[in-house]
Amino acid sequence: MTDLSWIEQALTAARPQAVAALLRYFRDLDTAEEAFQEACLRALKNWPKNGPPRDPTAWLIFVGRNAAIDSVRRGSRQEELPPEEKISDLDDVEGDMVERLDNSDYRDDVLRLLFVCCHPELPATQQIALALRIVSGLTVPQIARAFLVGESAMEQRITRAKARIAKAGIPFGTPGAVERAERLAAVAAMIYLVFNEGYSAEADTTAQRRPLCDEAIRLSRLLLRLFPTEPEIMGLTALLLLQHARADARFDADGTAVLLDEQDRTLWNRAMIAEGLALVDKAMRHRRPGAYQIQAAIAALHARAARAEETDWAEISLLYRALEQLQPSPVVTLNRAVAVAKADGPEVALDLIEPLAERLSGYFYFFGVKGNLLMQLGRNGEARAAFDRAISLARTPAEAAHIRMHLDRLGGARETKRRTTAKA
Amino acid sequence: MLYAILCYSDENVVGSWTKEEDDACLARLKVVQDRVAVEGRMGPVARLVPTTAATTLRKGREEPLVIDGPFAETKEQLLGFYTIDCASLDEAIDFAKELAAANPAPGSYEIRPVRLFRPGVLPA
Repeated sequence: MTDLSWIEQALTAARPQAVAALLRYFRDLDTAEEAFQEACLRALKNWPKNGPPRDPTAWLIFVGRNAAIDSVRRGSRQEELPPEEKISDLDDVEGDMVERLDNSDYRDDVLRLLFVCCHPELPATQQIALALRIVSGLTVPQIARAFLVGESAMEQRITRAKARIAKAGIPFGTPGAVERAERLAAVAAMIYLVFNEGYSAEADTTAQRRPLCDEAIRLSRLLLRLFPTEPEIMGLTALLLLQHARADARFDADGTAVLLDEQDRTLWNRAMIAEGLALVDKAMRHRRPGAYQIQAAIAALHARAARAEETDWAEISLLYRALEQLQPSPVVTLNRAVAVAKADGPEVALDLIEPLAERLSGYFYFFGVKGNLLMQLGRNGEARAAFDRAISLARTPAEAAHIRMHLDRLGGARETKRRTTAKA
Repeated sequence: MLYAILCYSDENVVGSWTKEEDDACLARLKVVQDRVAVEGRMGPVARLVPTTAATTLRKGREEPLVIDGPFAETKEQLLGFYTIDCASLDEAIDFAKELAAANPAPGSYEIRPVRLFRPGVLPA
């Protein structure tokens, strides 16, 4: 690895904390970003010559801060004086470079920076784009590619989001305990959105979207480092790691989605699984269950099973039950039914999903699961009807193809009962 | 004389490596290790899971304290380490508690899951 690529990685790693600290000094996103940019340019010039500093983040904050102040000063000679709020916080500017921000400063800075991106007025897509741009430092073309939209459209989306935030104002006070917990929850939800944006991808776009998953994991780890005792953040990080560990097994060579049961588990990423399992263990010790922890615990049970047949479905159905109580939703119940079907048989599961029919009448997965349960019970006519409905609700060709495979299987069963499966 | 060599680096940076970059680095390190291994001089090698997965047991006046996160004090020095196979984190913590009870000196035990382990070729 060349020095230059090390420097780039160090700059990327330092970015969230550095931009967050600069945002506290300058109270303006654009100024903070420009200051960081300038500091990076100087780092690229300086570090190869003098070697990397012991604390790259502190270096970047210090240099970025001075560079921005210089440019404010230069500007002030030509134009009018800078507004009061731009200079009010800069008295300690000459403070020496050794000054280290302690962890609690960093913590609230980074949380603020992330929280800024979660402004309730911003639609989810803008929140994600903004976080990737500002916090992760992905370029607009990179983000546009991951979202499968044009660059100018993405540029606009980010500009619009920034304008909204500027108008709404950024909360600069040190948050109290309740406020901090609320921010943490909002930020966790945003990180999960980033992950899902990358995860729910189709085979042909996974490569493009995968950076979103990597980025979400990076942000989640960052959050965990700042809040090392929050079991839900342990849960979130574990959940993302355990899901992402399966990335290489989720699609076959033709790009068809491969269900969990049928995945080649040797393709799962063992390092991610080790980290995810360790975090689940850590979180459980706190005995403060939460939605991310429960979902991570479910993913952990899948990860622990060397073969699909070894999956502890009884435990998984209990965990879904717990999740259902914590976050009641028909989709969670539907997931529980899938686990119940494996543990207690399709009949019980079918009873469980019957009451959901009305609320999930437009939901692809509901009819997919229903068709599957009916098929297992040998009620092929009803199964076929459910699968037909599922196909009509499919959002992607891959979803439709998957259901058609079941329909083929039904057809096959009618023709030759002894044929094992239609799946290649 | 046996030497332990402890590796320190920025896990943010190492953690951001792509699989290819990570594999390439491991392969280069393996070459260095293998040269010593053929001479029968290589002991166990471990790569640890990031510090976010760490738990620390700190000895107090009475019950030792279990703290989330890595060992962060600078007043104490690294004196040794154990590698132990456990079914769960709780089991590892219990073992550390036994060590703590057996050792009269104050101190801490940082408990880190291991993601890669090579037992090495050294005789006991």
